[in-house]
Amino acid sequence: MKLQRKNMLRASALGALVVSGALVLTACGSDDNTKTADGSAKPSAAAAGDIKCDDAKGKLLASGSSAQKNAIELWIKNYMAACSGVEVNYKSSSSGEGIVAFNQGTVGFAGSDSALKPEQVEESKKICTGGQGIDLPMVGGPVALGFNVAGVDKLNLDAATIANIFNDKIKKWDDEAIKKLNPGVTLPSTAIQAFHRSDDSGTTENVTKYLKAAAPDAWPHEPAKKWAAPGGQAASGSAGVAAQVKQVDGAIGYFELSFASAQGIKTVDLNTGAAAPVPATGENASKAIAAAKIAGTGSDLALKLDYTTKAEGAYPLVLVTYEVVCDKGNKAETLPTVKSFLNYAASDAGQKVLLENGYAPIPAEINTKVREVINTLG
Amino acid sequence: MASTTPTQIDTAPPVTRSGGSSTGRAGDKIFAGLSKGSGILLLVIMASIAVFLTYRASIALSKNEGNFLTTFDWNASANPPVFGIAVLLFGTVVSSIIAMAIAVPIAVGIALFISHYAPRKLAAPLAYVVDLLAAVPSIIYGIWGALFLVPQLNGLNLWLDEYLGWTYVFDKTQVGVARSLFTVGILLAIMILPIVTSVSREVFLQVPRMNEEAALALGATRWEVIRMSVLPFGRSGVISASMLGLGRALGETMAVATVLSPSFLISGHLLNPGGGTFAQNIAAKFDEANEFGRDALIASGLVLFLLTLLVNGAARLIIARRKDFSGANA
Repeated sequence: MKLQRKNMLRASALGALVVSGALVLTACGSDDNTKTADGSAKPSAAAAGDIKCDDAKGKLLASGSSAQKNAIELWIKNYMAACSGVEVNYKSSSSGEGIVAFNQGTVGFAGSDSALKPEQVEESKKICTGGQGIDLPMVGGPVALGFNVAGVDKLNLDAATIANIFNDKIKKWDDEAIKKLNPGVTLPSTAIQAFHRSDDSGTTENVTKYLKAAAPDAWPHEPAKKWAAPGGQAASGSAGVAAQVKQVDGAIGYFELSFASAQGIKTVDLNTGAAAPVPATGENASKAIAAAKIAGTGSDLALKLDYTTKAEGAYPLVLVTYEVVCDKGNKAETLPTVKSFLNYAASDAGQKVLLENGYAPIPAEINTKVREVINTLG
Repeated sequence: MASTTPTQIDTAPPVTRSGGSSTGRAGDKIFAGLSKGSGILLLVIMASIAVFLTYRASIALSKNEGNFLTTFDWNASANPPVFGIAVLLFGTVVSSIIAMAIAVPIAVGIALFISHYAPRKLAAPLAYVVDLLAAVPSIIYGIWGALFLVPQLNGLNLWLDEYLGWTYVFDKTQVGVARSLFTVGILLAIMILPIVTSVSREVFLQVPRMNEEAALALGATRWEVIRMSVLPFGRSGVISASMLGLGRALGETMAVATVLSPSFLISGHLLNPGGGTFAQNIAAKFDEANEFGRDALIASGLVLFLLTLLVNGAARLIIARRKDFSGANA
């Protein structure tokens, strides 16, 4: 008995050592992250001057899409530095969770990768007394196709070829279809291992929307948050897909551009029909979003993206994330903070932060409307 | 439960009377009340879990357009919802069976080595190290599995495919890294090793010294001693230990979610990426699921709940049947 207790003590001591070691390691990891974010962000004094705090006060809770996590966090940092006494807290979970929280009335606004569905709008009327939930496009960004093929540094693909790769129709990297798009590139005969998301995801929905619109013959599946095509392999989260692509020779997968740049993963240039293949960058995504039309009615600014754009330098595989708020019937105690914070996010200073961080600003024309709507929120 | 408590109260008074103090009687009553309360609390917790799961599951099941037991799909957040647990049940059971097949013999071996073969100086540290495996959080196993184990197992997979491909089970028909149910089984085996080992070790250490000495006196070798007295005595203990391990394997979430490449297909080719387990599917789908989708996931959780109850019940039956022969009553 005595011996046993000693054993347990020693075991738990060792266990504690391991755990604290892990904690130290994770702490290092997050330190690094903030450093890179800081390095490129540089919250300037001028930006702070543009922030109007108005009557903002107290605590504002928000939750939703992880795709806009980095953008929101930078905004929050700049905003809270300018407006003392205000606390904005964004829980980055997922679009679905954000909308559920919004419709339960627990958050001031929600971040979402896709616009509200009719039944979700219906549901939101219970929370927004006298009004309903609306979508405000706030952050754009390219979805990169990361690849890992030994000896290949540059890869051009068009929508149909991408669809066939993810559809399990093209199985080798030296397939004729890929060769034709990449003259002068020596492609190995490695088997293609296509990675998609295993969790339901707004990123998947945007990628499949693009494939369906740009290559309807090659992509027979309906766009959805859940991956529908056969074959390929799945991994959890953008980070999980990026990790697999990084690790496996012959891999290709989709994730937000920031995951590719963070891990040094090479990304596919899209052959859209424009004169030159378009690389995935924030600027190029912005050019594609500029071709978008507003599909929402009234103050709802949900966008309909043009995935088939052939404009020079426009990267059409993009993701637009929205902030979901009530047009009327926001909670009185958080309304001033919501308005003032979103005003900053939609301001020129706020949108400029995006470009510096691998996101794409919302084009000026749409952005003006977003600002108009924010000022009418009640 | 209710029948045992009164007898406790009945037998208590004579003891306190002989003690002669009235405070003892109050203490007995308080203690009886407390223990009764704890017992009832446990039943209430279990019942409320079951009621909650059943209620939420029934909401989902009433609207399910697919067959809950045979549909090979999980589209619970869609309209209309279509979902079924066939793939999850298959994946959960298969990966757990692989884990048990690998872990139990190794665990019994380690336990026997620590309790009967190893020199004292080696036995104690070895026991710590095995117990330490249990202290590693499962997400760490997941990360280790995804970044280290999976690439290492690629070679093993190709080898199994080449030499044992004729068995169908080890025939790898799909390209891709070893993010398969087979790999998950190996990872789970490592994860359940400590619990099976430490419980078995405790049981083996409790074999009556006299049994072993009697066997030795008859001229038995060490192996014969283990076979004749240690293993029969420890059998029910090893079974309970395995069931504890199986419980962990059935419910393991994060490690499986990190290592497996899930897909809604049932395939006997265990080396192919794909498949899924209950817990992994809940972890993967919960975030993006709407309220109805969550009810559907809860319905799958109910099946996992029933599965573990079933396994534990079966284990109790086996143990009860073997108790008479175990020597524990000697």
